[in-house]
Amino acid sequence: MVETAKLIQGNQAIAEGAIYAGARFFAGYPITPSSEVAEECSRRMPRVGGVYMQMEDEIASMGAIVGASLAGVKSFTATSGPGFSLMQENLGFAVMAEVPCVVVNVQRSGPSTGLATKPAQSDIMQVRWGRHGDQIVIALSPSSVKECFDLTVQAFNLSEKFRVPVILAADEIVAHMRENFTPPAPGELQVIDRKKPTVPPEQYKPFEPESDGIAPLAAYGSEYVFHVTSSMHGPEGVSNNNPANATWKVSQLHKKLELYRDEIVLTKTFDVEDMDILLVAFGAVTRAARAAAVEARKTGIKAGVLQLVTVWPFPDRELAQLAGRVKTVVVPEMNYSGQVAGEVRRVLGPDPDIKQVNKFNGQIITPQDILKAII
Amino acid sequence: MKERYEIILAGSGGQGLIVCGMMLGEAAILEGKNVVQTQSYGIASRGGFSKAEVIIDRDEIIFQQVQKPDLVLALTEEAMEIYASGSPEIPVFYDTTLLKTRSGENLYGFPFTEMARELGHTGTANMIALGVMSAVTGLVKMESLAAVINKRFSGKVAEMNIKALNLGLALAAK
Repeated sequence: MVETAKLIQGNQAIAEGAIYAGARFFAGYPITPSSEVAEECSRRMPRVGGVYMQMEDEIASMGAIVGASLAGVKSFTATSGPGFSLMQENLGFAVMAEVPCVVVNVQRSGPSTGLATKPAQSDIMQVRWGRHGDQIVIALSPSSVKECFDLTVQAFNLSEKFRVPVILAADEIVAHMRENFTPPAPGELQVIDRKKPTVPPEQYKPFEPESDGIAPLAAYGSEYVFHVTSSMHGPEGVSNNNPANATWKVSQLHKKLELYRDEIVLTKTFDVEDMDILLVAFGAVTRAARAAAVEARKTGIKAGVLQLVTVWPFPDRELAQLAGRVKTVVVPEMNYSGQVAGEVRRVLGPDPDIKQVNKFNGQIITPQDILKAII
Repeated sequence: MKERYEIILAGSGGQGLIVCGMMLGEAAILEGKNVVQTQSYGIASRGGFSKAEVIIDRDEIIFQQVQKPDLVLALTEEAMEIYASGSPEIPVFYDTTLLKTRSGENLYGFPFTEMARELGHTGTANMIALGVMSAVTGLVKMESLAAVINKRFSGKVAEMNIKALNLGLALAAK
């Protein structure tokens, strides 16, 4: 049957994208503005042979998806600010124990419970550094209902391929927005499954990378019996306090992603060929930036847009390459401090004129807000 | 026929404005258009200012929010205050059961809620409003709205909503 266009909400597209990617376990504690992901999963998971589990809180939700993933099932959760804060400890566990899973953080206005129904992009640094310990994390940020679907599939693929948690850093705008969307047919988008061990169970070392830098992951409950700890461990998965081992382990957690950096870092560009001004945006604000660029061109100002589809690892090379052509870079984002603008400064140094457009009152950045910084 | 419409549906939480916006959007999709529907509401599930926005366009819709509405539906005094003071060319439809009657060339007041009550359910007020708004402005076709009703509802509920749609259409003829 050919799927026809439907009016689909971003949160619904996230849930459907997860199911398309093969997720069959959702554990969560509903919170605005992510609740529709849980709602959709509660209906859809049982119908596709999956499990929906309503948890007592977000600490347990994160624990549950780590457990389910170790049992061999693609797993995810969805939350917002306060819940995402509670998930950090077990998210760090997933990093250290190399457990593939996807965490959807639909960003809303904070700090704390803030403006519960209003959008923000103020968790960007929490996404990157919310957990203690040194690590790299992958985070993607959708700007449309279609990207909510596609990037959720992508999040699972990256997570499965590299044995890492991946964060979908959405925002209230895309999550609650509805757009006409035709879901892809099965097979239309690539779906990646984690590598399974090929050695006999007695030879399996759960944390020993193969030549591609990634260790295969067996499933709990299979003939492969293995130990997982959040403490420093060697290739066999048992505690190891040797400095040489710690050097190896922490480096390996970084290197396995650094090696595939170009595959992970995704960007889109609009009207950059002849631009004099570069707008750097991510998430829903990309749309205001694109509209502002179109308007600016009507007045003779050549503006182009770089969309950071991957927010972390930060698209530094892509940014530097484009920014080399312009004198002015404008970074609109829904936070006070300019969390991404700071990264842009780090990458570009003092040369270009970097302007910030920040809104942090729960209202949406408009093309006019951005135009004021350009014209 | 206009290529692009920006519509505001404003009132308070619980009035069904978001569902109303979704049904309008679904009708436009049936006509092969692109649609973006967004919503804005407070922390209360009932009461408080609530708004649904719908943009319908032949082309890609880049910025997702309404900037220059072509059409407004106001279901509370608060919503009316915000949107009736705008451009006098923008048609504002409002419910005279819930709001005090106003005069103005661009103001279209109808007793949607009272008509819906007579029909048997106040929940059909929005469908009467969608009917008259579409008939007056050519937003979407009546057949598209009827198809959306029949897809979403069945039996007596569908029947009642079709009747509501026709009541709206009849209002436009007046």
